Amino acid sequence: MTTRKPSSRLTDTLKGRLQARGIDLTTSTAAGEESLVVSRRGFLRLSGYGGGSLVLGCYLPLSGTPEVNAAPAVDAVELNTFISLAKDGTITIYSPGPEMGQGVKTSLPMIVAEEMCADWSSVRTEAAPVEERFGRQSSGGSTNIWRHFQAMRIVGATTREMLLAAAAERMKLPRTELRAEQGRILHSSGRSIAFAELVGPELERQPVPSPETLTFKDPSTYTLLGTRVGQTDNADIVQGRPLFGIDQQVPGMLYGTFVKCAVLGGKVVSANLEEVRRAPGVKDAFVVRGTGNPSELSDGIAIVGSSTWAVLEARKKLQVQWDESEASRDSWQAFQEQADRVSRETGETPVADSGDVEGAFAHPDHRVADAFYQYGFVSHLCLEPQNCTADYRHGTGGQADSLELWIPSQIPGRARQYAQSLFGLNPEDVTIHQLRMGGGFGRRTSYEYANEAIAMSRQVGAPVKNLWTRTDDIQHDYFRAAGAQRLRAALDAEGRLVAWQNHFVGVSNRGKVVPGSVLQPSEFPMLNLNHARASQTALEIATPCSYWRAPGANVNGFVVQSFLHELSVLAGRDHLEFLLEIMGEPRYLGAPNQWSLHTGRASAVIRLAAERGGWGGTVPDGEGLGLAFHFSHAAYVAELAHVGVDEAGKVKVHKVTAAVDVGPVINLSGAEGQVEGAIIDGISAMMGQKITMEGGRIAQTNLHEYPVLRMPHAPVVEAHFIQSDTAPSGLGEPALPPVAPAICNAIFTVTGKRVRTLPIADAGFAFA
Amino acid sequence: MASHSLEVNGVVHHVEADQNEPLLWILRDAIGLVGAKYGCGIGQCGACTVQLNGHPVRSCSLPVSAVAGQKITTIEGLSDGDDLHILQKLWVEFDVPQCGYCQAGQLMSAAALLETNPDPSDEEIDAYMAGNFCRCGTYNRIRKAIRTAAEMKNSPAVTVADSGALPLAGVPQERA
Ligand code: FES
Ligand code: FES
Repeated sequence: MTTRKPSSRLTDTLKGRLQARGIDLTTSTAAGEESLVVSRRGFLRLSGYGGGSLVLGCYLPLSGTPEVNAAPAVDAVELNTFISLAKDGTITIYSPGPEMGQGVKTSLPMIVAEEMCADWSSVRTEAAPVEERFGRQSSGGSTNIWRHFQAMRIVGATTREMLLAAAAERMKLPRTELRAEQGRILHSSGRSIAFAELVGPELERQPVPSPETLTFKDPSTYTLLGTRVGQTDNADIVQGRPLFGIDQQVPGMLYGTFVKCAVLGGKVVSANLEEVRRAPGVKDAFVVRGTGNPSELSDGIAIVGSSTWAVLEARKKLQVQWDESEASRDSWQAFQEQADRVSRETGETPVADSGDVEGAFAHPDHRVADAFYQYGFVSHLCLEPQNCTADYRHGTGGQADSLELWIPSQIPGRARQYAQSLFGLNPEDVTIHQLRMGGGFGRRTSYEYANEAIAMSRQVGAPVKNLWTRTDDIQHDYFRAAGAQRLRAALDAEGRLVAWQNHFVGVSNRGKVVPGSVLQPSEFPMLNLNHARASQTALEIATPCSYWRAPGANVNGFVVQSFLHELSVLAGRDHLEFLLEIMGEPRYLGAPNQWSLHTGRASAVIRLAAERGGWGGTVPDGEGLGLAFHFSHAAYVAELAHVGVDEAGKVKVHKVTAAVDVGPVINLSGAEGQVEGAIIDGISAMMGQKITMEGGRIAQTNLHEYPVLRMPHAPVVEAHFIQSDTAPSGLGEPALPPVAPAICNAIFTVTGKRVRTLPIADAGFAFA
Repeated sequence: MASHSLEVNGVVHHVEADQNEPLLWILRDAIGLVGAKYGCGIGQCGACTVQLNGHPVRSCSLPVSAVAGQKITTIEGLSDGDDLHILQKLWVEFDVPQCGYCQAGQLMSAAALLETNPDPSDEEIDAYMAGNFCRCGTYNRIRKAIRTAAEMKNSPAVTVADSGALPLAGVPQERA
C-alpha cells in the first residue's frame, strides 16, 4: 500500500537478458510498486549457518530499494532468503511473509520445493527471522505471492542445478543424462541418488550458477504447485502448541493491561494508582504518555502484575480522570447526515472526467438512473486480540539498552523503527520474533500494542506480555471506513450503458485520506465508457480507520456491482449479458500489466461463475440468483449467489459459486480456503456488522453487540479457477468484494427490494 | 486466594488462585497449557472451549472454584499420547485451519459432539458447533471433517477418499 517509485536503474540490457531466460521483470503496479527484480548478485553459499548442512542464500535486492543494480555484495548481510539442506535429508525453507492464516508459510516454500524437485514430505518451513537481510517481510494487499514468486523459483532452480552437478561428479556420469525428481537425482540406467546423500564435499564444491543461466520447470510438469497441500503448521495447531503471540511465555514474564480513554484522544489527568497498586498480584501501575498518534502510542494507564487475571481484576478498581477536551466528538448519526448532504454536491477532489457526461444525461433518447449507496464502519475482530511481549533490558556498565519483542504483526520489522524513535534504542539492539497471527485482515499494521508493551517492560524491568481485552480490541480498532456514494448513469435507446457519474464520500484522519477510502480513476466501469465523471470528498473524523480486508474494493465492489444490476433491470436486460457487453472486446483498460483490468479475463470468470452456478436456470419460489464481479489485487473474481428470502426478510444464502483467475494456483487447498473464507467474511460483515459512535465513544464492546457468522449460516462455497498463463497473484482478499453485491442482487430478484445500505440489517434483513 | 486441586489431562495440579479466576487463565498462565485461547472472555466465541467431564465448556466463564476435583480435558490432552485423535488427523488431512486460532476450541467441541452423538446430521453439527466462532470462515471444512470422522467410526471400511470431502492430494485443475 505504500507508494514507492519503480527503480529506473535496472538496465534494459539486463532486463532483456533476464527476460530471455523467462525471468519476468518490473511489473509496475497501480501504486508504482515493482515486483522482485533479479539482480546479477545471484545465489551464494553461506557458511556459519548450518552446522554440517549446506546452506544456500539468494541475493536478491530488497524489494523497493533503488540499488537493484549495485555492485555485488559478498557477505551475508543482504541475504534475502535461504534454504538449508541437512545430511538427514531435511530441507528447511524460510518463508519471508508473516503468516496470518493466508497460508504463505506453506505456499512460498512450495514454489522453492517445486523448482528444486524436492520431496515435499522432507521439507520443513520456517518463518524467516525479522532482519533486514531477509528483504521485505510484510503481509498485506495480497502481495506475497507475486512479490516473491520469482525469487522462490530462483532459489529452487539454483539448488536443483547444484545438486545435479554434484551428482554428476559423484556418479561419474554426464550431467546432461541426469534429472531431478522427488528428492532424488536419476539416471536412465536406473541408478539414482538421494539429495541427502549429496550434502557433502561435492555439493560444497559446486559453483553457484548465475540466475541468467537457470532454466525453470515447464508448468505442465509441476507435481506440487497447483495441488492441495496442507499448511505446514497444521499438526502444531491441532495439538494446541504455542504458535501465537498470545501464547508466548518468557522466564520472569509479567502480565500487562493498558487502559486508554474510551473516547479516542482523551488524556490522563489523574488516577487512583495507589489503590490499584495495592490490588492482589499487581506489581506496578503507572501513567504512560502518548505521542498524539494513536497508531504509535496513546495516553493511558499501564497495570502490570503476576497474571492476566490479577491485572484485569485490578483494572476494575481503576478510576481515571480523563481530559477529553481534545478528544473525538464523532457521531455516527451526524456522519450519515453529513455524507448524504455532501454527496449531493460535486466532490472537492476531481477523480475522472472523460467525454461529455452532461450531454449523455441530457440526451432525449437516454434513460437516466440515480442511486445513493452507503456503508458503515466495520471492525477487524481478529480472534486473537492485539498483544505483544516485550523484554526491555537496561544496559549495565555503559552498555546500551536492548529489547526483545515477540510480536504478531503483518509488518513486524517496522516495530524496530518505533523502538528507536520512541524509546531511543539502537536498531541493532532490537531483536524481533515474528509469530503466527490469529487473523490479521489489515489490523496488525499499527504498533501501539507493541509500544505499550515496551513502555511497561522498561518501567518494571522485566519481560511483560501486554494483552488487550476484546473490548479494547473492538473500541481501539482501525475500522473499515464508512462512506457513501451518489451515482448517476445513462442507458441509450438500446439499453446500453453509456455514461457514469459518481461522488465518493469517504473519510480522512488527521487530514489524510485513510487507506481504502478512496475512489481510483480506474474504478470499474469508468474506463469502459466514453463518458465518465467522478469526484471525491473526505470527511474529517477522529475515529481511526485503515486497511480492512480488500480495502476500497470491499465497498466499491458492493456499490458498483449493485448499481450495474439496477441498470440492467431498468434496461430490461439479462444481467450476465449486460455485464459482458460492458466488458466488450478483450483488452487491457490501462497499461498492459497485471494491475490493469483485462476485459477478456473478466468476461471469462463472469461466464464461468454463471455457467457453474446455474445462471438462467429455475430456482424454487422465494429463492433467486445474483451475480457480481470485481477486479482487485490483480485478481478476477465473479460470484453467483443462490439466496432464499422470506416475507419477513430472513435471508438464507444457500450457495456461492466463485470463478477466480489469479493466474496459476500455487496451493489449491489454500486457494479454495481463501475463497471460502473471504466469502464467509464478506457475508458476516454485510449482514449485521456495524460500529457506531456518539460523542466519540464507540458503542460496541464485545461479540454480543457485534454479530458474526456462525456455522449454521455458512453457505456451500464452490471455487473454480481459470489458471491464466500469467504471473500468479495473491488470494487473501479479492474473493471478498463480489459477495455482498451478488447477494443483494439475488435479494432484489426475489423481493424486488433494492438494498443500498451495508449492513443489510439496516434495510430490514437478517439471517434466516 | 485459596488452593485448588485441578485434574487436567489426567494430571493433578495444585494452584493458588482467587476463587473467581476463570479456568482459562489458570490453564494458560499458571499451568502453562496455552492451547485454549482467549477470544471474548464472555462465553461468546468458543475459542477457550475445554471439556469438563466430557462436556464442552467455555473456560473463560468458569471460575476455578467450580471445577476443582473434576476431570478437565484440554486440546493438549485430546490425543492419546502420540496417536492423534481422529478429528485431529482429519483436521490435518482436510487442511481445516486458516489462522488456526479458533481450532483448539472447535476440536474440543467437535470431539464432545461425537461422544454424545456418534452419527450427527449436518443440522445437528451446525447446531452443536454454533458456539464456536471461526473468524477465518473454515466452517465447511470443519463440518466435513466431523462428518467423515463419524462415518469412519461407524463403518471402519470408510476411508478419507470415500468421504466426498477434499482430499489433499488433488490434481491441478486445467490451465487456460
Ligand atoms: S474466550 Fe471464552 S467464549 Fe470467548
Ligand atoms: S481458523 Fe482463524 S479463527 Fe478459525
